[in-house]
Amino acid sequence: MKLSEKEMEILEILEEDSRLSVDTIAKMVCLSVEETEGMIQKLEKEKVIVDYSTTIDWKKVDGHEGVTAMIDVKVTPKRGVGFHEVAERIYRFDEVKSVYLMSGAYDLSVIIEGRTMSDIAHFVSEKLSTLDSVISTTTHFILKKYKHDGVVFEQGDNDKRIVVSP
Amino acid sequence: MKTKEQYISTKVQTLKPSGIRKFDLAASMEGVISLGVGEPDFVTPWHMREASILSLEQGYTAYTANAGLKELREEISTYLEKRFSVSYRAEDEILVTVGASQALDLAFRAILNEGDEVLIPEPCFVSYDSLVSLAGGVPVHVQTSGDTGFQIDIDRLKEALSEKTKAIVLCSPSNPTGAVLSKAALKQIADLAEEHDLIVIADEIYAELTYDQSFISFASLPKMRERTILISGFSKGFAMTGWRLGYIAADSYFLHAMLKIHQYSVMCAPAMAQFAALEALQNGLAEVEKMRKSYRQRRNYFVESLNEIGLHCHNPGGAFYAFPSIQQTSMSSEQFAEALLLEEKVAVVPGSVFGPSGEGYIRCSYASSLDHLQEAIKRMDKFMKKMSTS
Repeated sequence: MKLSEKEMEILEILEEDSRLSVDTIAKMVCLSVEETEGMIQKLEKEKVIVDYSTTIDWKKVDGHEGVTAMIDVKVTPKRGVGFHEVAERIYRFDEVKSVYLMSGAYDLSVIIEGRTMSDIAHFVSEKLSTLDSVISTTTHFILKKYKHDGVVFEQGDNDKRIVVSP
Repeated sequence: MKTKEQYISTKVQTLKPSGIRKFDLAASMEGVISLGVGEPDFVTPWHMREASILSLEQGYTAYTANAGLKELREEISTYLEKRFSVSYRAEDEILVTVGASQALDLAFRAILNEGDEVLIPEPCFVSYDSLVSLAGGVPVHVQTSGDTGFQIDIDRLKEALSEKTKAIVLCSPSNPTGAVLSKAALKQIADLAEEHDLIVIADEIYAELTYDQSFISFASLPKMRERTILISGFSKGFAMTGWRLGYIAADSYFLHAMLKIHQYSVMCAPAMAQFAALEALQNGLAEVEKMRKSYRQRRNYFVESLNEIGLHCHNPGGAFYAFPSIQQTSMSSEQFAEALLLEEKVAVVPGSVFGPSGEGYIRCSYASSLDHLQEAIKRMDKFMKKMSTS
């Protein structure tokens, strides 16, 4: 779908910070609050804006350390439905956070979160590998997140500028 | 035996210290939101920093040509042509300097004889007066007014002319007002310069940061190229203030004179900074566009919010300053800035620092995160409400 310049700008602003009030966004793009609200609602209805979420560093929360793994999955595509059917069978599991179809050495990239490594081992051996179309899996555990979705995790608000300058 | 005072030249003794420094108080306080910063809040994009690091790794630690790296001058020449339609030869019409500040210093020293007058529309950047004085010239202020959005009034310029007038300084977009000179005003100034044979020092350091219309470089006006000394740099548009890298573009007879001073006083601008600037021009214009967009959004938010809380503010077309009026409070701008800092911990710069026409205004930089701007507006709103009930 083709978007207006203002709609594009609103998307960019929300992608950066989805907690800004409509009032603030309206001022930033020089529109009335009603117009801005209308545009956001339209973008939500059209599923251009899919969801609003929060980036959380769970490592900082006691008892929520968790484990994340990226699994490279090779599959046999099915006639008529290609990769779609197997992707759907995988993403229906709640513990699966993302499923991407990839170019290159494997077909699907699956990102999964669990509480422990054995949770993930269990999922891979019992749920994923046993699917008919799955030929092979390679599991990579994430050891540390440095930067996620454009956000650097351990970076304070350190403005290095002098307080007043000409 | 001389007194200690006599050790210092009388010229320097009479030089006024920058009024902005008085607000160093803000640095010692906790929890201050500073809108007093005259520089971008972006860190120089990584690939530019990386280019500089690479130059060090490769051992480019020697002097460059006096006028700057040839490749850099070539890039500046191409950039000026493409971006602002002004043509300057890389060989003898471009000089890379230590910030636009050194460029200004060179320009005044190259053109002024003792007693020559320089017209300086104010409120203006704090250095002009002192640099003109140090070069032996006499700064002549030309007032502008908030009622006309700080556009230059051609009649006032004419009134300020004398037989000794040698040059005029233009700063558009303006620090501190954010005003961008209209095409009509530029044309009038060009006619005046032509008629009275004035040199125009065009401080275009904020040229990349205009938000409502594309920037017109003064030298691009008919017949103005030969009487304009174009001053710009990487500090503001490319977020490179600490690198201290600016440049001058001017006809070769001006450039030759300035190069003479430059080669004796600084030899050349730092090599490592020149390599970062080279990368900035070759691969950094998309980032400049991104930063411009971000400033525009913050300007829109901030200026409208100021007006909402009763700090009337013209819409600044460029730079990253809002310059609202505080006249309804019956405080001087210095009193206002001090009270706002002490009571609500928001640092702004009193307009009077930038010249008499700045009295009754404050300079607020919106080159600060949106979170900070929102918090600053909240605090200023509280301050204004207190003022109106007391």
